[in-house]
Amino acid sequence: MSPTARFARTRRFARRDDVRIVAGLAPLLLSVTALFGTAVGLAVLRSLGVGPFTASDDPTLAAYRRLLADPEFLSSVGLTTHVAATSTVLAAVLGTASALVLHRAVRARRSVTALFGLNLPIPHIIGAVAILALLGQSGLISRVATRAGLLEGPAAFPALVFDRWAVGIIVQYVWKELVFIGIVALAMLRSAGDDLDEAARTLGASGWQRLRHVTLPLILPGVLAAAVIAFAFSFGTFEVPLLLGGSYPAVLPVLAHRRFTDVDLAARPEAMAIGVVITVLVVLIVAVGAALARRAVRPDAT
Amino acid sequence: MTAPAAPAAPAARAGTPHPAGPPIPVRPGRGGWGWTLAAWALGAALLLPFVPLVLASVADGYFHPQVLPERLSLRAWSLVLAPGSASWAALGDTILVAVLVTVVSLLLAVPAGRVLGTRRFRGRRAVEVVLLLPVLVPTIAVAIGIHVVFLRLGLDGGRTGVVLVHLIPATPYVALLSAGVFANLDVELESQARSLGARWWQVLWHVTTPLVAPGLMVAALLGFLVSWGQYALTLVIGGGQVVTLPILLFAAASGGDLSVTAATALFHGLPAVALLVVASRVLGAAPNLALGATR
Repeated sequence: MSPTARFARTRRFARRDDVRIVAGLAPLLLSVTALFGTAVGLAVLRSLGVGPFTASDDPTLAAYRRLLADPEFLSSVGLTTHVAATSTVLAAVLGTASALVLHRAVRARRSVTALFGLNLPIPHIIGAVAILALLGQSGLISRVATRAGLLEGPAAFPALVFDRWAVGIIVQYVWKELVFIGIVALAMLRSAGDDLDEAARTLGASGWQRLRHVTLPLILPGVLAAAVIAFAFSFGTFEVPLLLGGSYPAVLPVLAHRRFTDVDLAARPEAMAIGVVITVLVVLIVAVGAALARRAVRPDAT
Repeated sequence: MTAPAAPAAPAARAGTPHPAGPPIPVRPGRGGWGWTLAAWALGAALLLPFVPLVLASVADGYFHPQVLPERLSLRAWSLVLAPGSASWAALGDTILVAVLVTVVSLLLAVPAGRVLGTRRFRGRRAVEVVLLLPVLVPTIAVAIGIHVVFLRLGLDGGRTGVVLVHLIPATPYVALLSAGVFANLDVELESQARSLGARWWQVLWHVTTPLVAPGLMVAALLGFLVSWGQYALTLVIGGGQVVTLPILLFAAASGGDLSVTAATALFHGLPAVALLVVASRVLGAAPNLALGATR
């Protein structure tokens, strides 16, 4: 075959390959962008008071301006950040600790890991109902405390749900996300094996030194990546704070839905604006978090 | 972009977790019964929130400060499990929606997953980001954004609309998981089969399918579970007309009958757990790992 003919053949193959790539991706990307893109695009347009189904044609930032002057929105931003940050930090610490314990539990390893992962398929709404039955004023812990003579009655039990500090919401997120982060950390531990740990031990490193300088750096990438995802989820989950949260301030997803279902249709652009704010914040957090995680994994890059 | 069918083999596989390694030998001071007991205690502690649900579901008048129910009763369970009850109807709708979501997700996601997992091309990163966004962006923002379109198209308040919006978080997620499955596929095996004279459908049926089927089953299972637990999208688009189990459970929780709420919660949760347990039996630890990344 002449070089020219071979070149033509290669090009033909390459083009056929491009066609395959496009044909494989197109149905997925078209449907995802059609649905998700419409949702986000319309939320943006309607938050600006315009769009295919709105009367006005002049985009305005009025809804955003009203939100910035709205104390409920501002405390909602604070509460949402508090809930997401607190639950993510707790879940990361407890998840990592759990992974270390599970990694050392060599006997019945499969069953223990399966038990640990049992709440993963549980929908958030069930977790919220369960936490309510556990931490509510007439919940299980309050009952046990009363029976033990520690409490006068349900009213004496501290408010852990519908409360100002969103303790119930945070507990629910930690309960769910520590398992996720723990499973990721455990997978990292198992794939890394014990050779490095053994080497450090042979060199005389103490248990704490091995943990600090060998084990934790090994699992850090996975833990940070999982924590970023956990943060995004706890920032945006709707049904958990809807069931376990107080009425004022409510977290951003609940506030968005409340404005969305407001009988006053003038609140709709505000609902859309809150939706846009949530979306932008989550995307920013994940982008920044992923970048920071990459940096933390390679300290030499700083 | 010139090499035909250039597989991203070693590079793509480098990031994927190893399969379970060789058994770790038990050494003194490590892997003793102490750690195993601690691990069991940890697992048991995570089950604590389910304890009041189980107790309340079999109690007759479960009032404060009863810890163990004073009178046992199957009232709540017989209400939930009664033929023609709201829970059975909700179970039917939840399964119907989740199965449709799973099937459509697989149809869209598997071809894309194959491309993402086995090919290198410009813009692959961008495609992955586009797929990550619907997984990460809160569903309530998506729901209130798209509601008006569904209203105009008459898709609000119906199961079709609910299936369509469930696709938003489920399909990209299934696609990303499928990409991971195909990244582990050794495409050399396919070319070997082809060079031995197998037709494309023989390669597909005898080589590719057996290699990717377990992984794709995990992806399908997780797509199913994403739909199974979906609340915000169903609430906004279903508008109270489509009563899936999460919607029914929230209504029960707002109702005030703790025993019925608890039984409904268990009725909703147990199939999901059973599904995962069966899947882990068949497929190993993979479902657990990927499941965490769902809302």
